[in-house]
Amino acid sequence: MSSITVDGKEYAVDEEGYLADLSTWVPGIADVMAAQDDLTLTDEHWDIINFLREYYEEYQIAPAIRVLTKAIGKKLGKEKGNSKYLYELFPYGPAKQACRYAGLPKPTGCV
Amino acid sequence: MAKEIETPEVKEYLDVPHIQPGVMQGDGPFIAKPEHQEPLGFPGELVPDWQNKAIDKLGELKSKYRSLQLFLDICVKCGSCTDKCHYFLGTADPKNMPVARQDLLRKVYRRYYTIWGKFGFTRKLVGAQELTREVLDDWYNYYHQCSECRRCSVFCPYGIDTAEITMAAREILDSVGIGMKYTNEIIAKVFKIGNNLGLPGPALKMTLEDLEEEIEDDTGVKVELPVDREGVDVLLITPSADFFAEPHIDGLIGYAKVFHEAGVSWTVSSYASEAANFSMFIGSYENMKRQAERIRKAALDLGVKRIIHGECGHAWRAAYSFWNTLAGVGHGGDDAYSRELQKQLDPAYPVPQHICEFTWDLIQRDVLTLDPSENDHMTLTFHDSCNVARASRMGDKPGGQFEIPRNVIKAVCNNYVDMPHHTIGEETYCCGGGGGLLTDDLMEVRIKGALPRMQALKTTMEGKGVTHMAAICAICKTQFSKVMPYYEIGMDRIVSVHQLVSNAIKLTGQED
Repeated sequence: MSSITVDGKEYAVDEEGYLADLSTWVPGIADVMAAQDDLTLTDEHWDIINFLREYYEEYQIAPAIRVLTKAIGKKLGKEKGNSKYLYELFPYGPAKQACRYAGLPKPTGCV
Repeated sequence: MAKEIETPEVKEYLDVPHIQPGVMQGDGPFIAKPEHQEPLGFPGELVPDWQNKAIDKLGELKSKYRSLQLFLDICVKCGSCTDKCHYFLGTADPKNMPVARQDLLRKVYRRYYTIWGKFGFTRKLVGAQELTREVLDDWYNYYHQCSECRRCSVFCPYGIDTAEITMAAREILDSVGIGMKYTNEIIAKVFKIGNNLGLPGPALKMTLEDLEEEIEDDTGVKVELPVDREGVDVLLITPSADFFAEPHIDGLIGYAKVFHEAGVSWTVSSYASEAANFSMFIGSYENMKRQAERIRKAALDLGVKRIIHGECGHAWRAAYSFWNTLAGVGHGGDDAYSRELQKQLDPAYPVPQHICEFTWDLIQRDVLTLDPSENDHMTLTFHDSCNVARASRMGDKPGGQFEIPRNVIKAVCNNYVDMPHHTIGEETYCCGGGGGLLTDDLMEVRIKGALPRMQALKTTMEGKGVTHMAAICAICKTQFSKVMPYYEIGMDRIVSVHQLVSNAIKLTGQED
């Protein structure tokens, strides 16, 4: 199994780059994963990542895209409550890329 | 990350490519881990003595499914199928010609199960081959470059269903411990949680409440999306992607509005919250049955009279063609549970019924108030999904599966144009992500396999002014939203059929 190094500590990730043990997540993991994708995380990214983590804590799954866009719209204004905004932040898709940074498991199925 | 993928060039006409032997040689998709394999009854990893076990399994399957034995025997290598496969057209790898891909299994069958394969001097003559590790790896790689779409079968003069050969190969691989991670992890999730996504009941309820709120905000009308409501008329079985992804979720909103306006009470089940039956993709009858039985149990527990199926391609095949014999869901099953279900179901309606059949019936009876001008900003075309097109039907006439979805679209949209006839209907091209290949580790196969559909769509967009393509399959919708940008088509150009219905429908009491 491969791993990523954050602040000198190794974290195991699966073959698709998702954190193997979700309970070991620290914010630095998101920064390192983003750097590997040539992204620098801004406050806007962190709004999404934090929401994902809170939602996962309660429901044990990532939110539906619609739930996410609505929540972001409520919090940050309607012009940001759409999937276009999310794709601008996470070009590989909010469900997969943002979940990976947030230490959530990969959404599976026909998505 | 992965190697740079070169998107094939879209030309005015689709060329049959010059072959490039070995260009798609590789390790195949990620291999399932023991925790994905074992809940399905498969060994966790490659078993010792795998060679004999695989040969025995082939023997067992060809005896159990006489069609398989027939398909292994009767191919005359005429070559009709060679240029009919989207994966060959997109990749140029000759092992992706259906005849060559299926010969990977046939040559082993000939070695161990025909008289000619048993003797050294005739073995070569008939192209029989030992099952080596190299052959096994080739199976794993190339049988995951077939989406079981069965387009090639339409052109086969013998009617060989090559998808059945792919399914058999995958079942043999599973039986010796080499399963595919994507499909098997998902099937295990259905057994544990009830759907492909792994969406637990409370999250499902929360998502649907959120959608109710959204519909009310948009229309001023309270439209319900009930979960686990007992004693209603209809159990809706739909792909869990409808609860999660876009444009799928807009289709779900469409179903809810249609039920609301028809005055038909309905529910989804948190126990059977999945239409998809990926066990079909891996050819596993036992697991397919286990998945179907969840739906029967939900129907019995909730006391419904009808079962309606949402927009999901292969699942409609599983429902339409197999539910009855697998689990007695529908009319005519004959075991204790099935008989109980028969008493409960309303014989006036087909079980299962497709949501397009349901909506089309309401449109014909003038039950819905529709304003097609709501979709005037789009010109639509329709992508026939392979499992609906070639493995099932809708309505009571041959070809109903082509007509009914188009009739629904035309009733809710003023602008509709078909893509070229040899790319739709029975001859439809696969989206490139069907058959259990909708995973990121097969992105190259998916992008290249989408070429024929992208070519047809692009020329229809350029020549006929089409702006959007509608589909009735969760896999197709996700695949297109992911691969269309590689062909310079926006990801929002794929829509759900019931999304169009949702746009056009005027709810009773709706504010403008």
